[in-house]
Amino acid sequence: MIRRLKLLLPSLFAALALFSAHAQDETAIRAKLCQAIQSEGAAQSQLLLEISETGSKVVHDVLIAWTRDGVFIYDAGNGAKLAILLEDQTDADGKARAIRIDTGKFLTDDKNQELHLAATDLTTADTTAALRSLINKAMDTLALSDPDPGARSTAVLKLGNSQKPKNIEVLKARQIKETDAAVKKNIKEAIAMLQLADADPKIQIAALQELANLKTIGSLDMVNALAEKKGTDPEVVKAAKIAATRIGEHITVVNFFGTIFRGMSLGSILLIVTLGLAITFGLMGIINMAHGEMIAIGAYTSYVVQNIFGTGFSFSVNLPFSFFGHPLGFGLSIPGMNATGWFYESYFLFVLPLSFIMAALAGLVLERTVIRFLYRRPLESLLATWGVSLVMQQLFRMVFGANNVQVNSPRWLLGHFDINDVSLGYNRVFVIGFAIVIVIGTWMLLTKTPLGLLIRAVMQNRDMASCMGVRTTRVNMMTFAFGSGLAGLAGAFLSQIGNVGPSLGQSYIVDSFMTVVVGGVGSIVGTVYASAGIGTSDQILQQVTGSPVTGKIVVLICIILFLQWKPGGLFSIRSRSLD
Amino acid sequence: MQRKFKNLEIWTVLAVALLFIGIFASLNAYTAESSWLHVSNFTITVYGKYLCYAMLAISVDLLWGYTGLLSLGQALFFTLGGYMMGMYLMRMIGDLGQYHQPIPDFLVFLGWTKLPAFWEPFSSFPFAMVMVLLLPGSLAGLFGYLAFRSRIRGVYFSILTQALTYAACLLFFRNSLLLGGNNGFTDFKFILGHDIRDASTQRGLFIASGIALVVVYLLCKWLTFTKLGKVQRAIRDSENRVMFSGYSTANFKLFIFIFAALIASVAGALYVPQVGIINPGEMAPDKSLEAVVWVSVGGRGTLIGPIIGAFAVNAMKSWATRAYPDLWLIFLGGMFIFVTVYMPKGIVGLPAQLRALYQKRFPSKPPAEPPATAASATIQPVKPE
Repeated sequence: MIRRLKLLLPSLFAALALFSAHAQDETAIRAKLCQAIQSEGAAQSQLLLEISETGSKVVHDVLIAWTRDGVFIYDAGNGAKLAILLEDQTDADGKARAIRIDTGKFLTDDKNQELHLAATDLTTADTTAALRSLINKAMDTLALSDPDPGARSTAVLKLGNSQKPKNIEVLKARQIKETDAAVKKNIKEAIAMLQLADADPKIQIAALQELANLKTIGSLDMVNALAEKKGTDPEVVKAAKIAATRIGEHITVVNFFGTIFRGMSLGSILLIVTLGLAITFGLMGIINMAHGEMIAIGAYTSYVVQNIFGTGFSFSVNLPFSFFGHPLGFGLSIPGMNATGWFYESYFLFVLPLSFIMAALAGLVLERTVIRFLYRRPLESLLATWGVSLVMQQLFRMVFGANNVQVNSPRWLLGHFDINDVSLGYNRVFVIGFAIVIVIGTWMLLTKTPLGLLIRAVMQNRDMASCMGVRTTRVNMMTFAFGSGLAGLAGAFLSQIGNVGPSLGQSYIVDSFMTVVVGGVGSIVGTVYASAGIGTSDQILQQVTGSPVTGKIVVLICIILFLQWKPGGLFSIRSRSLD
Repeated sequence: MQRKFKNLEIWTVLAVALLFIGIFASLNAYTAESSWLHVSNFTITVYGKYLCYAMLAISVDLLWGYTGLLSLGQALFFTLGGYMMGMYLMRMIGDLGQYHQPIPDFLVFLGWTKLPAFWEPFSSFPFAMVMVLLLPGSLAGLFGYLAFRSRIRGVYFSILTQALTYAACLLFFRNSLLLGGNNGFTDFKFILGHDIRDASTQRGLFIASGIALVVVYLLCKWLTFTKLGKVQRAIRDSENRVMFSGYSTANFKLFIFIFAALIASVAGALYVPQVGIINPGEMAPDKSLEAVVWVSVGGRGTLIGPIIGAFAVNAMKSWATRAYPDLWLIFLGGMFIFVTVYMPKGIVGLPAQLRALYQKRFPSKPPAEPPATAASATIQPVKPE
């Protein structure tokens, strides 16, 4: 029991710090708390009610300690009796420092020396069964009075699911005071859910109608159970069935929009991946099978940067060769910054440019060493870059291990908000938003800047551009690096949504080539539409067919059939030339 | 001159192939195991496997080297043929499986008590053989018809065939297809009444694969001499000109595509009883690309190149995956990059390439005519955009 209390104490200290700003209020609350512990009967219940409405964390912790026999009465000698808690760390004699509940400070003697006391030597503040039930009620009220609306909602829903009709009273008391609209709605739902267990069929029916109107998803199981329970009033069963249908319809709608949203976020990642490909494949005509590995570079950059912000990153690879008896190998060790708090959370802001730069550099090297020889042989660029992809995958495996590595999302990308029960994850919203920014940025780059003009000129006719004095090799290099960099960015986003592994890119490569082909090779607009369409329909089909694989197969077949209708893709470039 | 040389090539290939098959098989059968001349059963199986790979490589080359269609879906047809053979072999297990039921183990595992209807006819060997030709053939026919009708060519054809393979691969991984899911078929017992693990059975399969390879080689060689073969190469070099000359290129391409699919499928059907397992991993996009590597290394646009490539790369793979398991992929990838960039004609084209290099370095000799192998023309002309 003491052990459990030990777990609570650190949070008590946190609470002390948090509420120091409200020192005035807190002193009053603490005084009342001490009074409540030491009074009896009607006065005690009145005091409990009063302190419970403050929503204070201190009260919560002390009350929990109290029900677990962790509150003690210390006789200071001069007739004053102090309510205290004991600290979790005990010394050799099993004694610990005591914390005064009235001040939150350590208990001292006359000479300001901290006192060490043992739990066995002290009088425990007694609790009877009646008092414990009072305290529990006070704690419910306390939770309902939490200053954070989210915490209040959680508390309300917990009570609503408790199936104890006596909780209605507490909820109704709160309902009067509640100002937050969302919490108000939750209270209504919780009350209705509790009323389902009422003996009076009229109240039950009223509650069912209420639930049907509020479309409470969480109550569906309860409503169904009520409809199937034997001996229920037929009228109630009828109302329950109506309510179940309406809630079921609501769930369908919520799932539908949830699917669309997930599809859109998937589509946006596909969009960023594909945008890079639209530039290297669509504009330059290079089939870069190693595009997927550029994604992996971005994702692993995210992993490395996170580790550098944390405890550091190191690896070493031993080759199975030796050079005059020296085993060959390579390795790297970067010390960590051991950052914490907001600085650590901001690591992702560094990841975004870095992942772009790393992938762009890799693209640059690839262009210089392999691809520049293959501009006139597109089919062969496919084969050579596949070789590159094999080499890179194996390198990832050697450096980062064959298993997936975990990238933790920064806290500001975790969590979600709800619009009419549809849950929208921050990370997914962020991805969609960023995809839009990237698309606009790419479009601006290609159409509004001098570099974009050069890129388009070289891609339309390399020889002619060269004759006009454009340094085509440089433009090729930069274009390819830019396309690869976009893939790296996509990798950084992917690391926030899923796991990062050596063959991460492989799962995207077939999809993204298909997307470029469907969108129309060379058309950025087409790529945007195609990736939104393919991403969304993929997700919807996954839900409809009940299996991710079938969904993918259907999408691929649809794409093949679509190309029958429009062989050039959605937006084909019209030209009189023959290939 | 050219014609004569090619006839010489045919005779050489025939002689080498028959000698190789005959000597290997008899060394396996008639020498004692302790003798240094003895060829182990393991070696026979491994080389039997390579013979099947060589057929797959020829089918890739027929499309890529001779018609200019880089199909990344040949492993699909190879695996489909393997599955058809595998279904027959699964039926031949009878009730000797782990569960001692008259239906394949994985079906028992999935809760079936009766054989699904489409499995029934696979108890018959002739039916299975017909299906080896029929199923991949009709799939190739359907896909090819759709693809060539809408004039999908070049890179787009490659991407589409890869997507098709990928989709099929995902489909075969599903248990609900009732074809063994990701475990596929294994644990075969009998083929045509013979114990499949018997040395003589494996030897028989090795000889059959060898003969099949020779037949495929001769068929393809004959094809290149016909008018169809000429049109085929013309399509590779300039499809539009062929079209404007009044040929329906789509039909020619469709024929070649189906023919190549059938070769791959037969190779797969011979492959499965020798390795004793078939699963959807065999049709993963990587496998098709690997077959393209063999052709590329050996030399495309020739028929001997793919055979050399398939043997060379796979022998190297067998060695490297054991000696350097971690580095094998880097090695394969590196080789692929090197061959693509610096040796576009592969091993077969190497002498000509070296000769050209030599003449460039020592130009005192009168320059000989550039070697006009078929492969030199595979480089597409510059797009007149």
